[in-house]
Formats: sequence, C-alpha cells, structure tokens
Amino acid sequence: MAVDVLERRAVISGIGQSQVGRRLGRSDLDLTVEAALAAIADAGLTRDDIDGLATYPGGAMGGGPFAGPTTPDVQDTLRLRLNWHDGGGEGPGQIRAVFAACLAVAAGLARHVLVYRTVTESTAQGSGGRVGIGQAMGAAGAGRGVPRFGGSFQWMLPFGAVSAGNWLALVARRRMHEFGLTRHQLAWIALNGRANAARNPKAVYRQPMTMEDYLSVRMVSTPLCLYDCDAPCDGSTAVVVSHRDYAADAPSPACHVNAIGTALRGRPSWDQFDDMTTMAARDAAASMWGRTDLRPHDVDTADLYDGFSILTMVWLEELGFCEKGESGAFVEGGKNIALDGPLPLNTSGGQLSGGRLHGFGLLHEACLQLRGQGGERQIAKRPEVAVVANGGGPIAGSMLLTAGRG
Amino acid sequence: MHGAAEPELGRPGLGRGPAVRVLPRLDDANRFFWTSGADGVLRFLRCDTCRCYVHPPGPVCPYCLRGELLPEAVSGRGTLHSFTVNYQPWIPGDGPYAIGLVAIAEQDDVRLMTNVVDCPEQALEVEMAVEVTFEQVEDVWLPLFRPAGRPRPTAAGA
Ligand SMILES: [Zn+2]
Repeated sequence: MAVDVLERRAVISGIGQSQVGRRLGRSDLDLTVEAALAAIADAGLTRDDIDGLATYPGGAMGGGPFAGPTTPDVQDTLRLRLNWHDGGGEGPGQIRAVFAACLAVAAGLARHVLVYRTVTESTAQGSGGRVGIGQAMGAAGAGRGVPRFGGSFQWMLPFGAVSAGNWLALVARRRMHEFGLTRHQLAWIALNGRANAARNPKAVYRQPMTMEDYLSVRMVSTPLCLYDCDAPCDGSTAVVVSHRDYAADAPSPACHVNAIGTALRGRPSWDQFDDMTTMAARDAAASMWGRTDLRPHDVDTADLYDGFSILTMVWLEELGFCEKGESGAFVEGGKNIALDGPLPLNTSGGQLSGGRLHGFGLLHEACLQLRGQGGERQIAKRPEVAVVANGGGPIAGSMLLTAGRG
Repeated sequence: MHGAAEPELGRPGLGRGPAVRVLPRLDDANRFFWTSGADGVLRFLRCDTCRCYVHPPGPVCPYCLRGELLPEAVSGRGTLHSFTVNYQPWIPGDGPYAIGLVAIAEQDDVRLMTNVVDCPEQALEVEMAVEVTFEQVEDVWLPLFRPAGRPRPTAAGA
C-alpha cells in the first residue's frame, strides 16, 4: 500500500456510556463524567493517564443540548493534564473527533485520548429549550422578530426546509425515482432497529413494531414518516483511543482501527451535491476502502448512521454491501440485516429505536460486538471486523474496526 | 398569501410554504439574487469567460478561476429534481407544503431549494417541468416554482 495508514497505530482501549433515556433531567456534564469515568476504567486506566481530550462539536454550533459540554468544561471538571485537545464541529461527521484522536495518538501528541459525545436533547425538548433550527424558528414565529439567516441556511429556511428530515426526504424521493425504492423497503431499517432494540435495555423505544405500524404512522416529510426519523434522547458515550502499544495491557480486548474514511469530493451542501442519491457517504466510503486491504465481504457487522432511515440505505450501497440502487431489495424482508443474518445491522437498535446518541452510540455498539460483550444481542459468531459510519448528506465519515485477538 | 388551500379528495390542500417565512440576510454578495424577482426575472451569477452559471454567489468563478461574475437573467424554467411534502408543523400554524429541489434549464447542476406551488400533492412528479413565480416578503423576492405552461389559477403574485 502506497500510503502510511497512520490511524492503524490507534486502538479503542475503553468504552463507556452513561444512563441513556428520555428526559433524564441530568446535566450534560454529569452524563459526560459518568461515561468518561466508565470508559477510563474500562481501559484499565485512571484519569492521570488521560493526556488527550476530544469531542464533537464542542462549543461550535452555539453549544446547547445538541452540543454537550466543551472540552474545557470536561478538562476542568476532571482536572485533566492534557498534551493534546480538540473540539470541533466541522469534519467528516460526528466521528471526526475519534479520527482526530487516532491521528494525535499516531503522531505521538497523546497516548490515551478520551473522546466523548453528549446530548441532552430530550430533556431540553421537554422544557422547551431544544435549539433546533425549526424550534428556533417556531419561537421566533410565535413572537416578534424572526431572525434572518446568511450562509448556507439562507437557501433552505425561507422555504420551510428547516430540518435534515426535509433535506433527506429529497434524497429519499430521488432514490424512489431513480431506483424504484419503496416505503415497504425503507421500513426494514426501522423494523430491524426496533427488533434489535428489544434486546437493548438502554434503548428508548423497545415495544414491537410491525410493518402496519410503520405504514400507518404520520408523515414528517414525504416519503419519510415518523419512524424514519431518530428519537431525541439524553446520554453520553465515551471511548478511550490509545496507542496500539497499549493494546496488550488493556483489560478488555482492544478494538483496532483499521482505516478511516474522510473524503468529501462533491459540493458540501444539501442542494448542490452532484449526486443527490448518495452525497458524502460515497466519498467517505471510497476513501476508507482505499486505505485497507479488507473488502466489504470481510465485514461481519455494520453500525451505519440512522439519524434518518434513508441514510442507512445510502451507506449500505456506498460501503459496497450491495450494488448502487439495490439497498431496497437488500433490506427487504430483513433477513440480510438481522442479528442472525449475514450482515447484522445496528444491533443496538440504532438511533431510530435506541436514541440519538449521534453516531457514538453506533461506535460503542461496534466495539461491544467485537469484544463479545453484546449480552442478549451479541452476534452468535463473534465478529472480527465491524464498520461504523456517521453522518450523511454533505457530512460523512466511516471507519473499520477489527477485533483485537491474540 | 400563505396557506392558500386547494382541497382535493378529502386531503388537505398544500399551502405555498411555511406559516412564517424566515428570510435571508441581504448582503453585497446575495442582494442581486434575492431582489431579482422585483421585475419578475430570475438571475444567477455567470462567468464572462467560461460562461458557467455560479451558485451560490461567490467572489470567483470556481470553474475557471479567471472570469468575472455578473448577474444574468435566466428563463425561469427548470425541472423538479426532487420534492417532499412537509407535514411536520415546525411553526404553529404550519399546514402541509411542498418543498422542491429545482434544477434550472440553463445548467442542470445549478439547483434551488424552493416551494412548489399551484400544484396538488398527487400531481407532483420528479422531473416535471416547472417555472418560477415570485413571492415578495419585505425586501426579498423568493423564487417559488409552479408547473410550467399551465394557466395561473388567480392573478395572485402577478
Ligand atoms: Zn469561469
């Protein structure tokens, strides 16, 4: 291979997750500390060993319940002494913070990096303080002085295209036109997530869901219905990214980073991207496969972003699990993606049923499965290779993880 | 203007857009675009050297990096690259409305997110021909699109 795949010097040595649920009423910092201390202990470390800290998106995007605490907040709360730190909202998806940590470790800037992602959107929603664009508009619309927007939002908000649900509905409709995708097919992403969530005690929606339930629930933005959209929740997920030299000393099997996918070659917007049926997942996946000798058929389980069901469909194709345009047929009936199928998908329930832990829940699940710690939902033949994908639309990143055995 | 209903087959008609129009913040780069509809004409920046249309507005032609960009009128015709009908009431008072992604006739990689108006939900089709119609809100003329070549239902928006 022509390139030095420096991320391969990194492993995920520890994972941790706070309480997850709806309207927990706990602060973002409180949840983050719970997840962080769990991850540090899981890695067999103490906070004195942590010399790096990273998050997404940090103080960017205006902070608030979507953002979680900043790295200075967490550094100070845990009194960490850091050689490297990074919080930011621009990059290849939410998982960019993990990528940055891998590269920091590879470069020798840090040895053990704590990476976290925290949301308190459910509690904020309950108290009327969730700062989504739509909600901000609603508040403004109800009173006086609707704010004006510059930048990329000016091309969408005046037309009531206020949510990623609207923007991704355009992707879904285009896929129906080009590939003949149907709602009966799309449903299987939601149905599969719900079936898996029943085995995940932390999942926010665990009651069974049928095809009839899916087809009869209200529309959000056609052709996407309520069950195509993930569920806001409260929770924090943390991982420790360490140099691979540490892998043998970690109490749990370390998950080795095999390759990361970071490319963005199309125009970075929801309206001008060259191919509206794929968007940035195409580029991230291509760049990831260009950094490894592993191939799609080597992958044993997939944790693919499902903030909206249509994104998972796109990832399935762009990561090479089926041909372009064929993901509808691939998921139909659910057998290919079931826990006991050839490609167990979003085994925690994903974000549709597990809750919107915003990409990091999927990463956490991939690590659990590779370690054989999936409990009631452990894949019977313990997986050796997992792929994790975050984001979609014009923002996407993916990574391959391998089990650390022997 | 908003919420003009077209009842049909027992389904709620589509409004022309959200209950409240959040407006763009005008500046020297985008003002020509958002006020272009004052004379009923849609305009985009066009490179005087390589003749490409450039959107959103920027300081340099991203294709040739040499030419000067000047606003130029286009036909106002396009095709509906994709669409969605929003049913989620993001703002109190929101009824269903159609959001479209329109590729302009002159250059099909120049697209506008917009509202598709004067078209029942069942008649919306990917790749249908559409034409611009403007809705003025304060100092902004929002380019909306309607099915091309059909008589206007009323004089509204003229
Ligand atoms: Zn040019």
